[in-house]
Amino acid sequence: MKHLNWRGAVSIAGFILLWTLLARLKAPGFAEIPDPAAVGRAFWDKYLPSAAYWRSWAVSFERVGYGFLASQLLGIPLGLLLGTRRLFHDVVYPVVELLRPIPPLAWVPLSILFWPTAELSIVFITFIGPFFIIVINVHDAVRGARKEHLWLARSLGASPSYIFRRIILPSVIPAVAVGMTLGIAVAWNVVIAAEMIASDAGLGRLTWEGYVSHTGTTVLIGMISIGLAGYLSTLLVTYAEKRMMPWQR
Amino acid sequence: MSGALSIRGVSKTYDPEGASVEALRECSFEVRAEEFVAIVGPSGCGKTTLLNAIAGFDTVSAGEISLDGRLLAARPGPDRVVVFQHGALFPWKTVLENVTYGPLKQRALSRPAAEAKALEFLRASGGLDTVAASYPAQLSSGMQRRVEIVRALMNDPRLLLLDEPFRAMDGFSKATMHQHLLDLHRRYRKTVVFITHDLDEAIYLADTVVVMTTRPGTVKQIIRVNLERPRVPQMLYSREYAELKKSAAESVHEEARRAFERGEKEQA
Ligand SMILES: Nc1ncnc2c1ncn2[C@@H]1O[C@H](COP(=O)(O)OP(=O)(O)OP(=O)(O)O)[C@@H](O)[C@H]1O
Ligand SMILES: [Mg+2]
Repeated sequence: MKHLNWRGAVSIAGFILLWTLLARLKAPGFAEIPDPAAVGRAFWDKYLPSAAYWRSWAVSFERVGYGFLASQLLGIPLGLLLGTRRLFHDVVYPVVELLRPIPPLAWVPLSILFWPTAELSIVFITFIGPFFIIVINVHDAVRGARKEHLWLARSLGASPSYIFRRIILPSVIPAVAVGMTLGIAVAWNVVIAAEMIASDAGLGRLTWEGYVSHTGTTVLIGMISIGLAGYLSTLLVTYAEKRMMPWQR
Repeated sequence: MSGALSIRGVSKTYDPEGASVEALRECSFEVRAEEFVAIVGPSGCGKTTLLNAIAGFDTVSAGEISLDGRLLAARPGPDRVVVFQHGALFPWKTVLENVTYGPLKQRALSRPAAEAKALEFLRASGGLDTVAASYPAQLSSGMQRRVEIVRALMNDPRLLLLDEPFRAMDGFSKATMHQHLLDLHRRYRKTVVFITHDLDEAIYLADTVVVMTTRPGTVKQIIRVNLERPRVPQMLYSREYAELKKSAAESVHEEARRAFERGEKEQA
């Protein structure tokens, strides 16, 4: 943000004002919802200095980080194999198609049964969502690589392995970028829900505990933290994407 | 002296899962070395199919294509480079990287030599050397086309195959590109096969115009264009030009009408 966006500032100020009014007036549904000032105060007094609060951040980020990273490290090569190897595609792709429509959260029970620790099962669930997204994106991109590019490289003397490294790989980078953007959002979605169901730590858990203990400020601080965490990771991913594609602006 | 192309009885039937499409039927014509040939025909008549066969990207179902007396295998090579209908610069490479790609890949030139040659060619293509470090997406479509032509010329091919390179351009850019291409042809003396569906463009640029029928594409008419070179825009208003155009227009319009009617039928 180079210069202050006035409309944006007004919009946010308006939103906070409205929230304050509704909370102060105890509008229907707002009986247990604290006003922004109360949330701010609670944050300043209780959460900002609290190591436990920051640990929630760290725990959630770690889960998203491992799950997302694993999804890319395994999903990109798998997508490339599926896109380039006919036989491999015919044998493996039907299974991918079969598993893909199962929502990540539906994997929770199985995951808990399968993995030895709760931590691993949550990371696994966080992995599932972005994994299928990136596999499908890379697979489609390999298939969609422009035949003119392949032909041209071939007529100018490129070997198959060169074509793979220098033509197909760069061709799929934009799809990897799209897959990463979608994937990181899904990873946060899933980790928060999984933490509410099956964990004793993390930002999702924090929010859920706020609800269980009827502490409105905690619920809201949890929500805002999650939003912020998602936003920060999106920034990171966007930065990585820019580095991957210097030719696109 | 090289680049004499001979197309003899070339037929091509695509067969995607049983639904066979006859794209070309017994096409034959000869192209002399250094000649500029334009192939005109309605949309879908098999022009790109023919070009892909010459380039060696695809097989033919029957017939022979030979270059300087040698039968061409269905394998592409740097001696016949295509400038594609929809453009195919590598978006992830800079202009300079795109243009030096061929000679470096074949180890025909050292990097400094390739870059020097590239910059010289780019400069001669309307000062494109100033955008050598840019990526294709940063250039206008006309500039991209010129870069692609330079990329092809850098390989010193015997055949330059151009598939409707100026299709999407406005009239002004097109006229500039025509002069540019004529200039390159005069300077580098390459055999050019130029595909278009624009009869004016074909006559203005070419020594020979091959008119194709609607699908299955065959050769309908061959017109020798004896307008002198260098060609200048005034020729578009000359009597010779008008007569050439008249002699071709009838077959072109007839084929266009047939293509249109068949299109209506296929829609129904
Ligand atoms: N790979 C393919 N498989 C099946 N049919 C094809 C294939 N490529 C082209 N065709 C068909 O062959 C016919 C000729 O196609 P081609 O692209 O050669 O025409 P064209 O003259 O270049 O058309 P345009 O002016 O639109 O570029 C068309 O009917 C097209 O649908
Ligand atoms: Mg075509």
